[in-house]
Amino acid sequence: MENVIDFFSFSDPNVRYVTLGIIFIMACAAMVGTFTFLTKKSLLGDAIAHAVLPGICVGFMLAGTKNPFVLIPAAFAFGWLSLLCIDFITNKSRIKEDTAIGLVLSLFFAIGIFLLTIIQKNGNANQSGLDHFLFGKAAALVMGDIIAFSIVALLLMLLTLLFFKEFTLISFDKNFAISSGVPVRALEILQTGMIVLTVVIGIQAVGVVLMAAVLITPAAVARYWTDNIKTMLAIALLTGVFSGIAGAYLSYSAPNMPTGPWIVIFISTLALLSFFLSPKKGIINKILKQKRYKRQIQDENVLKTLYQLGEKTNQFFLSQQEASISDKRFFAKNILSNSLHRLMRNGFVTKQKNAWQLTDAGKLRGQRLVKIHRLWELYLTTYANIAPDHVHEDADTIEHFLTPELEAALEQQLNFPEKDPHQTIIPYQ
Amino acid sequence: MATDIWIILTASLVSTCCAILGCYLILRRMAMIGDAISHAVLPGIVLAFLFTGSRDSVTMLIGAGAVGIFTTFLIEFFNKQAKLQADAAIGVTFTWLFAIGVVLISVFAEQVDLDQDCVLYGELAYVPLDTIQIFSFTNEIPKASVVMFVILLSILLVVRLFGKQLLITSFDPAYASSIGIATTLWHYVLMSMVSATTVASFEAVGAILVVALLIVPAATAYLLTDDFRVMMKLSIALGIFASVLGYYLAYWLDGSIAAAIAIVCGIFFSIALVFSPAHGLVKKHKKIIMH
Repeated sequence: MENVIDFFSFSDPNVRYVTLGIIFIMACAAMVGTFTFLTKKSLLGDAIAHAVLPGICVGFMLAGTKNPFVLIPAAFAFGWLSLLCIDFITNKSRIKEDTAIGLVLSLFFAIGIFLLTIIQKNGNANQSGLDHFLFGKAAALVMGDIIAFSIVALLLMLLTLLFFKEFTLISFDKNFAISSGVPVRALEILQTGMIVLTVVIGIQAVGVVLMAAVLITPAAVARYWTDNIKTMLAIALLTGVFSGIAGAYLSYSAPNMPTGPWIVIFISTLALLSFFLSPKKGIINKILKQKRYKRQIQDENVLKTLYQLGEKTNQFFLSQQEASISDKRFFAKNILSNSLHRLMRNGFVTKQKNAWQLTDAGKLRGQRLVKIHRLWELYLTTYANIAPDHVHEDADTIEHFLTPELEAALEQQLNFPEKDPHQTIIPYQ
Repeated sequence: MATDIWIILTASLVSTCCAILGCYLILRRMAMIGDAISHAVLPGIVLAFLFTGSRDSVTMLIGAGAVGIFTTFLIEFFNKQAKLQADAAIGVTFTWLFAIGVVLISVFAEQVDLDQDCVLYGELAYVPLDTIQIFSFTNEIPKASVVMFVILLSILLVVRLFGKQLLITSFDPAYASSIGIATTLWHYVLMSMVSATTVASFEAVGAILVVALLIVPAATAYLLTDDFRVMMKLSIALGIFASVLGYYLAYWLDGSIAAAIAIVCGIFFSIALVFSPAHGLVKKHKKIIMH
């Protein structure tokens, strides 16, 4: 608890700066990452993140210290070079893109590790902390880094806002952008440059291995809560910043904990929650929806069967045993009984002793289904030239989904026919 | 036997396993899934370590292998059920599992004798230090060599017995299922072999360099031939050759052995990319001039 107060009062200037630095980095990564996600470049982001490691090492070898003004350009150069390599291999050889990404990613990383082990064995005292680039250590950020990173992050965020319209356009409709004279190529280069730069400043906080998550996952979270790109950007930003602060706090209260993995765990947890719980696209909602549709179809099939039983004798309100319903159309016993009880609760049937009887509302609904079924059969035989014995299945599906508007249009189009292709009467209200 | 021989032998065993599996991964366009698995088995390794208290047990192989299969399943689940685009499904899943693994290492630092950094690039130099005596009349043999040898034998056995199924499901899944081959089954068989290899070679070469060994020799061979059998043999040969050269490169410059092996693989790839008689850039260039 003491830790919480210490941390969130920000009385320790070190905590203040480190947290501020992380907020800037996470906000920037989330904004740039939203467009990385939308242009489906997630794995390229991963490749860039691994590929900047040799850049860091080369930068360090050149400068002899961890001078950010040498490390950042060197890392940037290697990140960019890795993309050129991927492009070159994909375009000039038979190697496919995913193989090229994995290949370049692992080779650049191997070069980075090789250089890193050489530097470590040389015993240069300045090298300590170079391995923080692997998993990130926010607490190791020094004042100079934070100022440099924050400026770059702010710049990248400004650029994102400035070119917001153009980036949105090339994310969603590149061909339209090309045809309307937008400089797509230049914008893509700008976007790539921004991704590389974001990775370069981000790896201090989260490390090269998990940088991809910081770019992509906030956008993935946001995608599940909105279809509006501005809202998406805002949600991604909040997700990133929140996870950043949470990770910084953990790193503060338990100095042995690596910052990067914790930040990623926070973002990923939010992502998993979103995948499952999102009201529109979530998995749970989808399962529930499927269940609801299934039930609706079952209920409607029962109503239809009751109506068809009534049709035989032209007496729609006779009581029917469950067995005779099943004789007309097979239903598993418990499914039928569940359906009938649901229909009773909704006022479509009533129960008398052990038999079931349509109500007025139930008869009307059953009649509508039968009508749509027969109209659709007629429509298919008339307009799609399908043989009458092939149309039943299709009609059996469509009857549950046809909207009243389409129903009216169908009636108009066929001019209120009296009989379906099987010469059965089509019932109208 | 001298330590350097053991190191080279173990590296060759790892790269042979990887080369065989890599050929299938590349044909199936699943290189990045292999990358994802190699990261994602980390929490499985740490947990198995916590439960069994040792790093070279069957439990660990099975546990981590299960996590590998779970990863493939999760990626597909997010992609199909939550409609998450494929690239993001891979990216989100493996970073999440890897992060959990690293955090578990930090939390159980005292019980788990694993180094965060070594997780990434392993340490082949330590291989000869951890030995086991299998038969009373033989000398002590490094455990890692034994484990890798067993894995290699199992992979060879599967490829020998079911090579046809693996190949057909890679080239033409639709045809495979039409003649009654269970595409999904062979998909998961391949994934479990990738997981087992990753886990077994984890300490020797680490999570990311194993990806280089999986992808690069196979991709190089892919540039050199159109015959799958030749491709597999070539990639095995390239892997072993790189293991030998890489060891001496690392010895010469005093760097990580696994990284040096990967770098040599990369050099082979670059040479094949430019000079391959079948698909190289020089050849293509000549073709253009001749026409």
